[in-house]
Amino acid sequence: MGELMLIFVSAMLVNNFTLVLFLGLCPFMGVSAKVGTALRMGGANIFVLTITSMVASFLNEYVLVYAPYLRLISFIVVIASLVQIVEMTIKKLSPALFRELGIFLPLITTNCAILGLAIFQTNRGYGFVEGLFFAVGAGAGLTLALVLMASIREQTELADVPAVARNMGLVLIVAGSLSLAFMGFAGLFTS
Amino acid sequence: MSPRATTPGQDFFRGVWRENPVLIQLLGLCPALAVTNTVANSIAMSLATFFVLMGSSILVSTLKKLIPGEVRISAYILIIATFVTIADMVLAAVVPEIHKALGAFIALIVVNCMILGRQEAFASKRPVGRAILDAAGTGTGFTIALVMMGSFREILGNGSFLGYPLFGDAFEPWIIMILPAGGFFTLGFLLLGFAWWEERKKVPVHPRHWPHGVTVQVDPGEAAAAGGSGAAGVRARRSEPMSRKED
Repeated sequence: MGELMLIFVSAMLVNNFTLVLFLGLCPFMGVSAKVGTALRMGGANIFVLTITSMVASFLNEYVLVYAPYLRLISFIVVIASLVQIVEMTIKKLSPALFRELGIFLPLITTNCAILGLAIFQTNRGYGFVEGLFFAVGAGAGLTLALVLMASIREQTELADVPAVARNMGLVLIVAGSLSLAFMGFAGLFTS
Repeated sequence: MSPRATTPGQDFFRGVWRENPVLIQLLGLCPALAVTNTVANSIAMSLATFFVLMGSSILVSTLKKLIPGEVRISAYILIIATFVTIADMVLAAVVPEIHKALGAFIALIVVNCMILGRQEAFASKRPVGRAILDAAGTGTGFTIALVMMGSFREILGNGSFLGYPLFGDAFEPWIIMILPAGGFFTLGFLLLGFAWWEERKKVPVHPRHWPHGVTVQVDPGEAAAAGGSGAAGVRARRSEPMSRKED
């Protein structure tokens, strides 16, 4: 259990996907203007990451041992199609949930964080359960970063920012400061 | 892309600077921030991306009549993933240590939105020759941006360029620049710098009022046409102090 918590906390804080590994920057820059939207985006990310992790474990276990050079292509194709199916299912079963999360699903199926998770999981040799903890931790970390960023951006809307900084420049500097803060978590594990 | 005709030169140079993928359009940020902690990594990443972009542009442009519209995005991604797999294996065989340093980010070229964007916006609509020019331009722009960031980060963060030390022992490296936070800061400051430059170009230069009613006015258009040679765009004229309101 301790091992699993270590994977979870490490993926969420120490190696935060967005702020330390630079994965999933598109949603981080694009959908971080409002806290509500950021929360829903984070939820959709956790969902897709979990599916991805399961798919990647399955593929690694049963398919890719025979053809490792197809790893990249099969990850992309299988994850994208599965998320598409899940999206259609949600749309059919729960329109309310679809309105909350569904619109983000096609946006994030091919984002760096999703493919990155599958590749990191493979490189580190995580099994099914470890992969799940890794995925939820990574998703929680993404959500945390998104919500923090959105809260700060809501404040900067009201602040008297110089005209030149009213674009992505300011967002990147804020992201840099957040990343700096997250470096502090590296001290969590001493051994 | 807009349907209006462009010249081959425009196709190439558009991607290099005016629509630079990283610095202007903010596409492909993931590799631009993650692997630019040294110049060597930046160059390897740029070359790999250039190769993938060029290969997929040629293939997409060649096959554009055969790819059905409904599944075109999936087809593009498959094509891109194929070229990335090739690049991944070639880098692993030729420069194993750089391949190790770049790690998963080579594989992540697949999801670089810049590449998919060029296929969707350009290569799928234009002849092969133009697609090659466009890919070369965009790839060059990406390389410029990455090498620029890599140079800043390595020079400041490590005191070296391509591994050769630049400063004496007295130089205290800015460790922050090679850490993840430094990537955000470098790109942030670059963007702020460009925004400031654009702002400066856009704002018409205010007429400066000298004593005795002499107004020196710089016409931005003329100044630019004169290539910034200074005096050509400046004209001095006498005016009454009251005419300030009209300016």
